[in-house]
Amino acid sequence: MSGKTLYDKIWDTHVVDTQDDGTCLLYIDRHLVHEVTSPQAFEGLRMAGRKVRAPEKTIAVPDHNVPTTPDRVKGIENEESRIQVEALDKNAKDFGINYYPVNDIRQGIVHIVGPEQGWTLPGMTVVCGDSHTATHGAFGALAHGIGTSEVEHVLATQTLIQKKSKNMKVEITGKLRPGVTAKDITLSVIGATGTAGGTGYVIEYMGEAIRDLSMEGRMTVCNMAIEGGARAGLIAPDEKTFEYVKGRPHAPKGAQWEAALTWWQTLRSDDDAHWDKVVTLKGEDIAPVVTWGTSPEDVLPITGVVPAPESFTGGKVEAARRSLDYMGLTPGTKLTDIRVDTVFIGSCTNGRIEDLRAAAAILKGKKIAPGIRAMVVPGSGLVRAQAEEEGLAQIFIDAGFEWRLAGCSMCLAMNPDQLSPGERCAATSNRNFEGRQGRGGRTHLMSPAMAAAAAVTGHLTDVREMMAEAV
Amino acid sequence: MEKFTTLTGIAAPMPLVNIDTDMIIPKQFLKTIKRSGLGKNLFDEMRFTQDGKEIPDFVLNQPAWRKAEIIVAGDNFGCGSSREHAPWALLDFGIRCVISTSFADIFYNNCFKNGILPIVMPEKVVKVLMEDARKGANARMTVDLEAQTVTTSDGQSFAFDVDPFRKHCLLNGLDDIGLTLEKVSAIDTFETGAAQSRPWV
Repeated sequence: MSGKTLYDKIWDTHVVDTQDDGTCLLYIDRHLVHEVTSPQAFEGLRMAGRKVRAPEKTIAVPDHNVPTTPDRVKGIENEESRIQVEALDKNAKDFGINYYPVNDIRQGIVHIVGPEQGWTLPGMTVVCGDSHTATHGAFGALAHGIGTSEVEHVLATQTLIQKKSKNMKVEITGKLRPGVTAKDITLSVIGATGTAGGTGYVIEYMGEAIRDLSMEGRMTVCNMAIEGGARAGLIAPDEKTFEYVKGRPHAPKGAQWEAALTWWQTLRSDDDAHWDKVVTLKGEDIAPVVTWGTSPEDVLPITGVVPAPESFTGGKVEAARRSLDYMGLTPGTKLTDIRVDTVFIGSCTNGRIEDLRAAAAILKGKKIAPGIRAMVVPGSGLVRAQAEEEGLAQIFIDAGFEWRLAGCSMCLAMNPDQLSPGERCAATSNRNFEGRQGRGGRTHLMSPAMAAAAAVTGHLTDVREMMAEAV
Repeated sequence: MEKFTTLTGIAAPMPLVNIDTDMIIPKQFLKTIKRSGLGKNLFDEMRFTQDGKEIPDFVLNQPAWRKAEIIVAGDNFGCGSSREHAPWALLDFGIRCVISTSFADIFYNNCFKNGILPIVMPEKVVKVLMEDARKGANARMTVDLEAQTVTTSDGQSFAFDVDPFRKHCLLNGLDDIGLTLEKVSAIDTFETGAAQSRPWV
């Protein structure tokens, strides 16, 4: 009998019940909640006269709808958004769950707040009514998005009805080259596997290039596992993980820390574990990448050109034609010739302190190109405060960026931060879907350093050239 | 949840691959605190111009498919955001079944919680069904969940797989929470054990 994967181990630790057909009831250690996908679930509880089973394991924060301009302390202008945030205020209070309201400095994007506050720990099961819950997999936690009916199910029972996924190993060997980041890894993997390549699987990312990443970088990688279709992405915890977790407000302390650490150190895939699918990329082959189309799989190195639809096969030919039409691009155009109107740095993919440091390193002493609208939206109030303390905020402001308050912002444009039809954006977020950042808006996904470089030149840019200048 | 047993209805052909949940229901409609009323905004940006006029080319605006109850779609339908507003919008419009070569995981799960049957078929079968759907309102496709078959308007029948537990819940319109709460003592026992073995959780 072969050994177990990390996924197998976490799964086995959380099975409450198994039916004859293999359907399991899985215990949920942490349930994260935001304002958009939860109101109907709380309403369902009320109508059935049910309580939240484990309010101490349930954490809520408004993020999707909140304005990020400084005047938000005066309240949310958009009525529907305000009602949704107020509903979360009320539900958190009525059901007695942990809550970070809009004007709390700890407020931010739910996937940044969870790890920051020490709610996310290795070996846990973590769910949220949000597909980017995969982020928490960076800690070696089994973390995935669920729908609102499942949110209600977890609130009522602290469990989820699940069938086990298959195991997929994604190995990134060797070292990354200068200018190449976690975002380039995760986009390159999706470029290689396609947006459905991970469907039915839980991915474990391994290899030297993954081990070398900071916790922030690992969160970026796992965050986009969902974009590759996987249920979840995992990275085995190691010293970097323990170091990150230690001392956080909700991390274990004293004897419990020691007990936890002993168990966490066992959380890795056995050498003889069985993998249903294996993908290997060489770290040195990964270049800084951007997306050209309207699917996260439409990835190319920045040195490339816009592809011709005929270069694809099957349904992708028509999809690529539609994408290029939507994006206003002509095949053969050099990617570095694509001009941008807007630059957005933020989101649960790239809104952490390290992301802001990487962008600021490019922007230091420079100005954004004339006519460019550029904004930085830190992932949480605490990230924002730290960036101010480190002098990063001033670099952004001096360069011509707007320095915003925390939230999801222009990643999905549910708040006032939106693109206009035809407006083209270099974005550090996770989805380039049609209309994602605003109806008719055109999104190119990339790393924070690449987005900063585009802000300076006004077009998509190979950040390595700018780094060479700096040297 | 409404039961799903058999369905005979018009199928709309949507051959585009990677139809994501932002397309199915754009984010400006997620600000609701209700589950109902989303059908009028289903596929909003594909279906309507910015000033709210119908885009005549879009399949669900064409007379033959305005009353479609089935969608036959390209690969990887429902990818992207976890928003359950996507199946809510489909259901509210009147769609009870979606057929594709593959579905995104979260969307697939969400369908079963709302009385919608997502059916995975091999590419060559989806091609046949797509052609049948193109016939429009004169044709009717039949989906039989008990028998696990899809039958085209001209009588070709294709079998599909579905998880037995999900099939049972859909056929009987069962509420998951009610079923799980029957196992509450197992949850209690698990929690007691976990409090010993992983007290920091």
